[in-house]
Amino acid sequence: MDCINAKYISQKISKTRWRPVSSASLQQPDVFATGSWDNENNKVSIWSVGDHGVSNIDGEFDEEPQLLCDSQHEGDVLDLQFLDQDRLVSASSSGAVMIFKLQTDCQAVSLAHVWKRAHQYSCDNAPCTAIVCRSPEIVSVGEDGRVILYKADQTEVVRVIENADSSTIHAVTFLRTTEVLTVNSIGQLKMWDFRQQSDSPAQILSLTGDRVPLHCVDKHPNQQHIVATGGQDGMLCIWDVRQGNTPFSLIEAHSAEMWEVHFHPSNPNHLFTCSEDGSLLHWETTSGSDMSTLLQRGWNSRVISHSAVPQAGENDSVVSAWLAGDSSKSRLEATHMLPSQTLSVNSLDVLEQCLVCGTDGEAVYIHRQLPV
Amino acid sequence: MEEVDVEPSPTLIPGAGFHQRHLGFEWGPGDLLVYETNYKLQGSKSAGSPFVHIVRKDEDICSPILRKLFNESHLIFVGLQKIKEDVPSKNKKPQFVSISKNYRSVIRACMEELQQNAVLTQDGSLASQYGDQVSILLAIELIWNLCEVLFIDAAPAGSLLLHLLDWVRLHKSDVDTRAREVLQSDSPTRHQSYWDVVISLVLQGRMDEARQVLSKQASLRAESSSVFRRMDVLLQTMPIFNPTGTQTLTEFDVKWRNWHEECDRSLQDNTFASNRHLETICKILVGDEDALLEQKELLSTWYHFLVSRLLFTHPTIKPPDLHYYAQSSMNMFLGPRASPEPLDIILLSAFEFDLHQVIKDCSIALNNWWFVAHLTDLLDHCKLLQSHNLHFGSNLREFLVLEYASGLFTHHSLWQLAVDYFDHCPEFGRVYLELQIERVPLDTERKAIKVLRICEDRQMSEQVRSICKIMAKRALRNNRLGSALSWSIRAKDAAFATLISERFLQDYSNKGSFTDLDLLDNLGPAMLLSDRLTFLGKYREFHRLYGEKRFSEAAKLLLSLMTAKIAPRSLWMTLLTDALPLLEQKEVIFSVDQTYELMSCLEELNSGTKEPNQTDQDEDIESTKTELLRLSLARNLAMAIVKEGTIET
Repeated sequence: MDCINAKYISQKISKTRWRPVSSASLQQPDVFATGSWDNENNKVSIWSVGDHGVSNIDGEFDEEPQLLCDSQHEGDVLDLQFLDQDRLVSASSSGAVMIFKLQTDCQAVSLAHVWKRAHQYSCDNAPCTAIVCRSPEIVSVGEDGRVILYKADQTEVVRVIENADSSTIHAVTFLRTTEVLTVNSIGQLKMWDFRQQSDSPAQILSLTGDRVPLHCVDKHPNQQHIVATGGQDGMLCIWDVRQGNTPFSLIEAHSAEMWEVHFHPSNPNHLFTCSEDGSLLHWETTSGSDMSTLLQRGWNSRVISHSAVPQAGENDSVVSAWLAGDSSKSRLEATHMLPSQTLSVNSLDVLEQCLVCGTDGEAVYIHRQLPV
Repeated sequence: MEEVDVEPSPTLIPGAGFHQRHLGFEWGPGDLLVYETNYKLQGSKSAGSPFVHIVRKDEDICSPILRKLFNESHLIFVGLQKIKEDVPSKNKKPQFVSISKNYRSVIRACMEELQQNAVLTQDGSLASQYGDQVSILLAIELIWNLCEVLFIDAAPAGSLLLHLLDWVRLHKSDVDTRAREVLQSDSPTRHQSYWDVVISLVLQGRMDEARQVLSKQASLRAESSSVFRRMDVLLQTMPIFNPTGTQTLTEFDVKWRNWHEECDRSLQDNTFASNRHLETICKILVGDEDALLEQKELLSTWYHFLVSRLLFTHPTIKPPDLHYYAQSSMNMFLGPRASPEPLDIILLSAFEFDLHQVIKDCSIALNNWWFVAHLTDLLDHCKLLQSHNLHFGSNLREFLVLEYASGLFTHHSLWQLAVDYFDHCPEFGRVYLELQIERVPLDTERKAIKVLRICEDRQMSEQVRSICKIMAKRALRNNRLGSALSWSIRAKDAAFATLISERFLQDYSNKGSFTDLDLLDNLGPAMLLSDRLTFLGKYREFHRLYGEKRFSEAAKLLLSLMTAKIAPRSLWMTLLTDALPLLEQKEVIFSVDQTYELMSCLEELNSGTKEPNQTDQDEDIESTKTELLRLSLARNLAMAIVKEGTIET
């Protein structure tokens, strides 16, 4: 708890993202971006967290984040992603998708390119709700139910899937290089393959029962078929997209909408979720299982429903901890990361050992010694 | 109507009110709309300027640095409300004191940042604005600190003076900088501020530090060292009350009086006659009022004068006696002709333990309810406010918190903080929230979801319904039927779901096929929200079954739709027409009973009253359809009877 730093930045934060570090070095990230919302003038800001090696006698890092530069942003920042080290893509409530360029050593950030009205209604603006990048491709989704594919250096959009959805699409993630997965407000996961010419999804998954809107989705870093989603009722679901219509695990994570879910990029046995109820949870699987053994044995032989309880002494190192579907305490531990109840935590990002999150209480919290 | 407390000061609105035009106005939630009317006292009526002016009283809410104050104090406020009621107030005092200190540290942090920005900025008007805000925050912190000492900490005699000394020391920080300057100079004793520093330290009761500075002098002048030693002894032996020690107040009093007599004797003996500075100090130690008043420049404020005076004349002052000294100190310090400023009056009211007057004067002097709302709330928790019921509304604390929160709600971003404040106003908070929450502009779905969560958590079903209806209507207008449906499901709004289903069915009859199949195929239990929606779902299922060539199931479904009366009357014709291809199949699909049911449905449809607006052409089409259906039904009936009558051999 002592390693959490809070800073009030006078704007409600909708997204926080770490700037990616080069994979060669084992450095901790020290620059992050924030996007604001609900302001008359919204901004995209770049902050630095200071030297990693500097600590005072108590071993605490009490460096406050410093504002490096910022730029005006038209409309609320509804999503933010780093395309690469110098470029940042944002989704705006005015329906535009913008690329910001960060100068070297972060002296300034400026608008490099904008696709105005990428998402729109015939007589109105449609907010663009989420974007995902895999350089040089960008995919955006919006309240108008469109899925749009762009290339970072081309001014025209590459492909538009019209009427991809009759309801709002809330989040999108890449599954494979040409496949994306979207979640919408009637509780469906849809897979889209850009190689196909038709405008219909390759696959649709949804929970039987109440159609609860889904707000976030994240793919397992190593396993492309394992996907986690979070929805309006705060339930965390782990799906196997190859398997079909039921999720493997349904965990009651939060008491209100879950805004973001992230697998830890380098240690996927850790999962982080944040929610409207003001809490940020760190989920850890304690069974110490290994992904590769799962592949060897094949998951078919171990389909466990979510009500099953493992037998004592059962050899469960085979099954992926996430697919075991058992949320009893011996398998999954959740810890609160924030010291006290705050207003809604809108966004979080994890990289290496650092966690950054932003709240509606206009505070950014940074934790630089994650136990991962 | 009560009398006005202060004369209101006029505000000039640039560009309005020329040529003796009358101004009209309209109150808004946080500001005032002013416009020129056509009315003129003299001269002909003519159109006035077309502008509408927005007048806002509270500019602080827009300041980015002060926003941090609002956010951090919100967190402290919510934490304060959560302190449990069952523990008796006495044991909670340290908690309240620490909360008060938290508030003050937030104010100080804001002040520092404003000061830094004031120095860095190049814009002159911005710098002066920052300067104004800094001085207001300084005053606020001063008043808050005094209230903490007098009311929340409520120190008894003995400790009271110590707390007051701390209070003064905190707000007169230039002494430290000057002392450092003097000590770090080449020759401290010859520094022009040397004696000023010594006297300032003595006036603040910091005897050890004063002795330290004096010792520089003593080492220099060997011949007068005895005089300095004498002063040193006097300063060293000054008794300081130790609240945690075993010494009682009376014992301390006795000791202090002895010391006081000692100082007096030194003065009478003219011990310090050789050095006028030391003589001044001795006079101060004795508590000579004229000597103290001579140091007006060093004291700079009347409350410093008050505390120093008490230190050297009456260190065992009891709280009730404070106000007498306060009043007289202020009069002595300010002189007969000077009029006290609002801050002085507020502090005086605090010394007189008149809480309500303090709150009232602060409310008038400041343009933002932040300070009075939070302070009153804290004092209320300490059970210091009698339940002072106002002529309107409820008690004082709730009134102030409501005013503050209402002001917050007008801000485009800080309205979320206001919700928590309303929650903790038991009498009117909910009503205020219900009225305000519906007026938050909803530009994106995400914001609507947040607002809805606030309403749902508080069981404000009216507001939930109305917000969902707004979002659903907007979605419908943009042809997002799936979104519209998901909003109606959230509000459990059957009427709207029916509307959406009608829209779907309309689209179907216009285009001949369904749109948004992904929605219709996956309705799930939401189908049961409204009859029309159920029909829509089932109808789509019928089409799907037909497409998959599962004819008998499709037939059964179609029949059940009509007989169970889920299908609206207007669509019966369409349904019967859909039955035609099933009837015309080579294989018999409808059984005899089913065919009889279909026939009865057809007759029921025809026996209904004719539509008055039907043209002759429509009538013709209708009758042709009916003829075709009758024919098919009859044929099917024949085949079915034969089939069912046949014995398979």
